[in-house]
Amino acid sequence: MTDPVLVTKGLTKSFGAVRASHDVSLDLRPGEIHAVIGPNGAGKSTLIAQICGGLKPDAGRVSFAGRDVTHLPTRARARLGLARTFQVSALAMEDTVLQNATLGALGAKGARAGLPGLLGDALAAGDLRDTAMSALERVGLAEHAATVTSALSHGQRRQLEVAVALTLRPRAFIMDEPMAGMGTEGSQRMTAFLDGLRDEAPILLVEHDMDAVFALADRLSVLVYGRIIATGSVDEIRANAEVRKAYLGEDA
Amino acid sequence: MTPLLFIEQVLNGLQFGVMLFLMAAGLTLVFGVMGLINLAHGSLYMVGAFAAAAVAGWSGSFLLALVAALAASAAAGAIVELTVIRRLYDRDHLDQVLATFALILIFSEGTRWLFGSFPLFLDIPDWLSGPVTLPGGIEYPLYRLAIIAVGLSIATGLFWLIARTRLGIRIRAGESDREMIAALGVDISRLYTIVFALGAALAGLAGAMVGAIQSVQVGMGEPVLILAFVVIVIGGIGSIKGALVGALLVGLTDTLGGLLLPEAFKLFMETSDATATGSALASMLIYILMAVVLVWRPRGLFGGAT
Amino acid sequence: MSRERMVNAALMALLLGVPLWAWATDEPFTITLATRVAILALAGVGLNIALGLGGLVSLGHAAFFGIGGYAMGILASHAQSYTPLMESPFLLEGTKSMPVIWLVAILASALAALVIGALSLRTSGVYFIMITLAFGQMLYFFSISWPAYGGEDGLSIYLRNGFPGLNTLDPIQFFALCFGCLAAALWFNARLVRSPFGLALNAARQSPERVETVGLGTFRLRLVAFVISGAITGLAGALFADLNRFVSPGMFSWQMSGEIMVFVILGGVGRLYGPVAGAALFITLEHVLGGISPFWHVWLGFLLLLVVLFARGGVIGLLAGRRVAHD
Repeated sequence: MTDPVLVTKGLTKSFGAVRASHDVSLDLRPGEIHAVIGPNGAGKSTLIAQICGGLKPDAGRVSFAGRDVTHLPTRARARLGLARTFQVSALAMEDTVLQNATLGALGAKGARAGLPGLLGDALAAGDLRDTAMSALERVGLAEHAATVTSALSHGQRRQLEVAVALTLRPRAFIMDEPMAGMGTEGSQRMTAFLDGLRDEAPILLVEHDMDAVFALADRLSVLVYGRIIATGSVDEIRANAEVRKAYLGEDA
Repeated sequence: MTPLLFIEQVLNGLQFGVMLFLMAAGLTLVFGVMGLINLAHGSLYMVGAFAAAAVAGWSGSFLLALVAALAASAAAGAIVELTVIRRLYDRDHLDQVLATFALILIFSEGTRWLFGSFPLFLDIPDWLSGPVTLPGGIEYPLYRLAIIAVGLSIATGLFWLIARTRLGIRIRAGESDREMIAALGVDISRLYTIVFALGAALAGLAGAMVGAIQSVQVGMGEPVLILAFVVIVIGGIGSIKGALVGALLVGLTDTLGGLLLPEAFKLFMETSDATATGSALASMLIYILMAVVLVWRPRGLFGGAT
Repeated sequence: MSRERMVNAALMALLLGVPLWAWATDEPFTITLATRVAILALAGVGLNIALGLGGLVSLGHAAFFGIGGYAMGILASHAQSYTPLMESPFLLEGTKSMPVIWLVAILASALAALVIGALSLRTSGVYFIMITLAFGQMLYFFSISWPAYGGEDGLSIYLRNGFPGLNTLDPIQFFALCFGCLAAALWFNARLVRSPFGLALNAARQSPERVETVGLGTFRLRLVAFVISGAITGLAGALFADLNRFVSPGMFSWQMSGEIMVFVILGGVGRLYGPVAGAALFITLEHVLGGISPFWHVWLGFLLLLVVLFARGGVIGLLAGRRVAHD
């Protein structure tokens, strides 16, 4: 078996008396989609923030691509190839779709160049534009390249989030509810797209849309009250007594 | 330099610090509760000073002048809050800065219009003038001692108000969750007007008390305002305790720096050069203090975690 | 050509045409007014890079304006008294040459912006506003209490500094120089907005989290923007001092910072030519209202209040309509 790309060990984070993450250990292996599910308030967002660098864990470690990144800031983790999409879109709303995608391409390039150039034209034909446009084409937003982002629908913003992540050519994707706000058709298209994406880089997928989760996930982890109560294949999770208890209130 | 001079300067530093606290307390409350940066707070300080000088000139009573300062600045604060400030709570900081900068222009030039460009003078009343002899044989102006006493008792009163009274509970609740306390039936816009007027009254009182030591003139408020900002940066936004500690630190640093730095430079420079270099550096000392605090604790000494 | 572009072109044509007409009809005072507009607009263009593009509400840009002014004052005063700035470890003479003065003004204010920015950008929001204001005030008090260069009284320069090939004493030629600097800064600003750096900086203003997530550092982006911004405002300071042949602590005052910000806002934040419109309006108001009432700042205050509360696009917004994204 190949080494996992991303590993968390014993992540623990409290806010006052609330323990949002409690000894969370999980890994993400090459070629897989690992879904994290759990009821609202289970601590999924806190977990993602600790993996991506927005929050420092009280205890535990995060390693990525063979390095301990626990103390690295968000941008350094990004440069190592960790691409994140946001649950609530964190896009430059006044900018066009193409500008947002170009920002990603710029970040991927900036890993080598340091500070982005002061004088060139960011949107001129060239590497940056090619990277950005091909990412937009892949998610189906190419014809909206010149649209101002705030004019996009919620579903389209999700697509753009994914496109920005694609421009980074990452080693792993962390996706926070990429289907939220999409209609059935949109969800199905996104599901098909993510299905093919796992071969490029593995995906840690936090999602509420259970159809998508069951269709995509190679493995599932169930997070309840900040704690992972089970990890396994879809069938294993379906049969797991503790999961049934947590979700359905059934006695084991 | 004698120990007596040093103690006298410590007292001056305290007096300056206490005045800064009165300014900073209002600013930090308004920021903590309403999220508003108010550049026109210095204008309210000026309004207090002018009201006091005008009423003292008319009635001859210093106490009446202080009451007038409190009333005029509180009223000016309430009017400004009702007409302009409340439109700014939902705006970004840039709009708040500009609108309150516009208020400074209106207040300053309006005052110049009414009172002319010449400074007014507010006399210290007889019963507060002259020196007192402190233990250890130090002679110190009674009026400045009175300022320290008034300032410290107002600080105590504020701590009590915030910690113990119903208004204080509402203020603290407003800092953490304004929707919630609105949902609980508290009239939030009235609360805001009261907090703003309270801050204005404190600034006006400070202006009136300082007006008796310095001259009362247009533009007197802004230098104090900027120092109060330094105090808040050092103490941490929204914290009354931070405002008090920051104000005393700034007051003492400024006063003692002006005294000690030139002396220190005399140890290895010619006297005239030492005085020049020392006082030039002393004028920057509090800002250097601010920079040090920033590097060490970007949210100030008593500010919340990032 | 979009409407905003037409408004911009008309503005520049006006700024160029009025002094040319004044030159033809021998009205040197009008030329001086136009020169003031060009210089103050340049200071605003500097601030606009931090404020409009970077979202950094700096209330301390007078610091850089003043440093530029004193760079001119110090160099020229040494040159006019034939005393060197220093003799050891190496000889440094003053100068009356504008290009050298400009270079020193730009470098000195960039350096100051680097230090002030590195400290202030550790924080954000309202802290940033208060801290930049405080650092501006620090330099103000320093310039008052440092006696070597005039202290409170400031420094006078007898003769305007020279520029190779031009007679800077001729108002229209000095105007041409200032207008040239303004045009160059506007051109640079336009390039900057379109550049990869501008794209990233603009995104950092709207969504800092996003910028960090693609692997770029917002602190570094903002610091570079702040340094560029300070340097341009510093150049404006050097020109302003040369226009008045006088520099004083007043250039460091918080009112100056406030006024530079007012130019930007009156014109329209984030609009490339906003500072030009704002400075032109400000000087016109000062000239017209100032002639009617010595208390014209009251009316300026009310006007500013109205713009902030009800007309946030400023002059350019009023004339050119809502902003449209380019490309």
